[in-house]
Amino acid sequence: MKFTVNKKEVFASTGGRPFDKKKPLIIFIHGSGLSHITWVLQTRYFAFHGYSVLAIDLPGHGYSEGPALESIEEQGKWIADVIDSVGVKEASLVGHSQGCLVVMECASQFPDKIRSIGLMGGAGAIPMNPELLELAEKGDPKAVDLMMDWAHGPAGHFGGHPVPGLHHINLGGSIVINGSVKNALGVDFRACDNYKNGFEAAKKIKCPAINILGDRDRMCPVKEGKKLADKIKDSEVEVIENCGHMILLEEAGKSLAILKKFIRNNHPAE
Amino acid sequence: MDPKTYKFDTISLHGGYMPSKNAGSRQVPIYQTTSYLFDDVDHAAALFNLEQGGHIYSRISNPTVQVLEERVAALEGGTAALATASGMSAIFLAIMTLCNTGDHVVVSSQLYGGTVNLFRLTLPKFGIKATFVKPRDTEGFKKAIQENTKCIFGELVGNPGNELMNMPEIVKIANEAGIPVIIDSTYQTPYLFKPLEHGADIVVHSLTKWMAGHGSSMAGILVEGGKFDWLKTDKFPTMTEPYEGYHGLSFAEEFGPVAFTMKARAEGMRDMGPCLSPQNAWNVLQGIETLSVRMEKHCSNALKMVEYLSNHKSVAWVSHASLKDNPDYELAKTLLPKGTGSMIAFGIKGGKEAGAAFIDNVKLASHLANVGDTRTLVIHPASATHSQMDEATLKLANMSHDMIRLSVGIEDIDDIINDFEDGFRAAEKPRLVANK
Ligand SMILES: Cc1ncc(COP(=O)(O)O)c(C=O)c1O
Repeated sequence: MKFTVNKKEVFASTGGRPFDKKKPLIIFIHGSGLSHITWVLQTRYFAFHGYSVLAIDLPGHGYSEGPALESIEEQGKWIADVIDSVGVKEASLVGHSQGCLVVMECASQFPDKIRSIGLMGGAGAIPMNPELLELAEKGDPKAVDLMMDWAHGPAGHFGGHPVPGLHHINLGGSIVINGSVKNALGVDFRACDNYKNGFEAAKKIKCPAINILGDRDRMCPVKEGKKLADKIKDSEVEVIENCGHMILLEEAGKSLAILKKFIRNNHPAE
Repeated sequence: MDPKTYKFDTISLHGGYMPSKNAGSRQVPIYQTTSYLFDDVDHAAALFNLEQGGHIYSRISNPTVQVLEERVAALEGGTAALATASGMSAIFLAIMTLCNTGDHVVVSSQLYGGTVNLFRLTLPKFGIKATFVKPRDTEGFKKAIQENTKCIFGELVGNPGNELMNMPEIVKIANEAGIPVIIDSTYQTPYLFKPLEHGADIVVHSLTKWMAGHGSSMAGILVEGGKFDWLKTDKFPTMTEPYEGYHGLSFAEEFGPVAFTMKARAEGMRDMGPCLSPQNAWNVLQGIETLSVRMEKHCSNALKMVEYLSNHKSVAWVSHASLKDNPDYELAKTLLPKGTGSMIAFGIKGGKEAGAAFIDNVKLASHLANVGDTRTLVIHPASATHSQMDEATLKLANMSHDMIRLSVGIEDIDDIINDFEDGFRAAEKPRLVANK
């Protein structure tokens, strides 16, 4: 679905069901350089089970108008604008990687708007490898290859996509490349690297939170994920075995099952 | 700093498979089963509605076939793949996924004979028409594009005449027209050429040939590049518009870089059902394990055969892009640096009769309707694979009655040459008699 936020066109997948203001809303926020496509194995389920779903493309990503927003703080504020723009009072937020930082910013800045938050591979900070950051800012496609290498656990490197026939690393790489490496990925990596407010934001979060982690995640190691969860008052942690950073795809079934339980408890649909 | 993702030869052996998820079995197990248990009613519904991934029924997907799909996707650099019962069903599925009745495709005129018949005779029955263009006529591809054209289809190195399409130029033409390029890469395998890296959008293979390699199993596959933006125009309603079959799902919106494969599986496998048997998938996987070593030997033997044939007094002409006087020599050098494949076409002096005598008198080389076996194969296309074509179509495919098609195997090269000597000797005899 296309709609307008701050006078710019935004695209969001509604999970194959028409958007309905009357149903509880879940907003899914993708990671660096990625898009709504990464959420397809989470969103369709919720959309067909009583929720309204918006898997948004952040500005300058996927099919949303650019430019990309340059700080996590702005992106957090922008999510609140999305909630207003679709005429809804509150939402649950689900983020992946950089999307987790955005979720925390939004939930800390706008506590009244957020019912619950789900994080996948959430850390308090995402300092970037300087070489990777530089490659991404130059628009070098090697940045995508490196990112895909590090982001994926064994399933990405060997095989076994939950959807038969799909290839983790090449699909992930395509999402980034299609979304234009230079404009989106470089800006996102810089925004992550610059963001220092994660633990402070976490302390201000009042709603229930869950952090779903992969034990083979090299980008957000379990230790970092737990450190963050410790700062959020009402939080729980789930660790999935043999899983890298692309939890939402590598272990789509397990992560969906965890998320289902969490959201149904904390933001029930009729 | 370089990514440590696995490279080609490693993927050929390990791609798509994790023993830890399969009772530790080192070799890929053959899942000889039709169907898969659901956890509960909710799980069943979610699988059927594409809310979750997983296996339902082996017509749609199978765990052994899935390993093959991921392995080939990885080797080709694709986002996804869908294996089929044969190369022909992969091609048919690709076109049926993309086109509606009333649509049109632009097709190279030098294709495998079965593919020519599909485009010339069968697809028109579904209201899908094709315009054939000679592979070297790059401008011709541009001119043939119409308002309702949905793709360009071709083989990089045409069958059986061995003429090259100028893929980089043809990709530019397709990009300008906003249509995808589909390449049948059977003859190259990803070892020699990866069409997706050169701008193709979909790759199809008859895995029956070099990929499986041992002349044992029928199989096909389609591989998606993931870069084509279906949503950019309203030209591809089959990909972008709400699909009734899945509660109004827009494949392009939900699945982006894998939309084509998802649609081909969800609709095509569901309704047409050309699924690959797990046993055949396993045979192909076994073949792919040695793809690099076999292709290297196929190509080096082919070069020796090209040299032998070029210097032979009974041979009128030889077509192989490795030859300096071949019109495609330069293009082949840039596109196919590892070799131009093991298919050779040559003309035998004495025309059709000499050709028949040659074929009937070689003993090591097998006379049959296949290519890409580990063994050397020969055929006289005008009387076999391409015999259902009329004269005009033969001409468009640049086929002459003296043409012999040779698929060079990996036997000892001396033995192949000795065998050919016997064939040529027999082929000369009727001519010597006739000349008297
Ligand atoms: C280039 C090419 N494409 C497609 C096919 C059809 O494949 P299959 O025989 O596996 O159906 C063949 C051979 O038969 C072929 O040589």
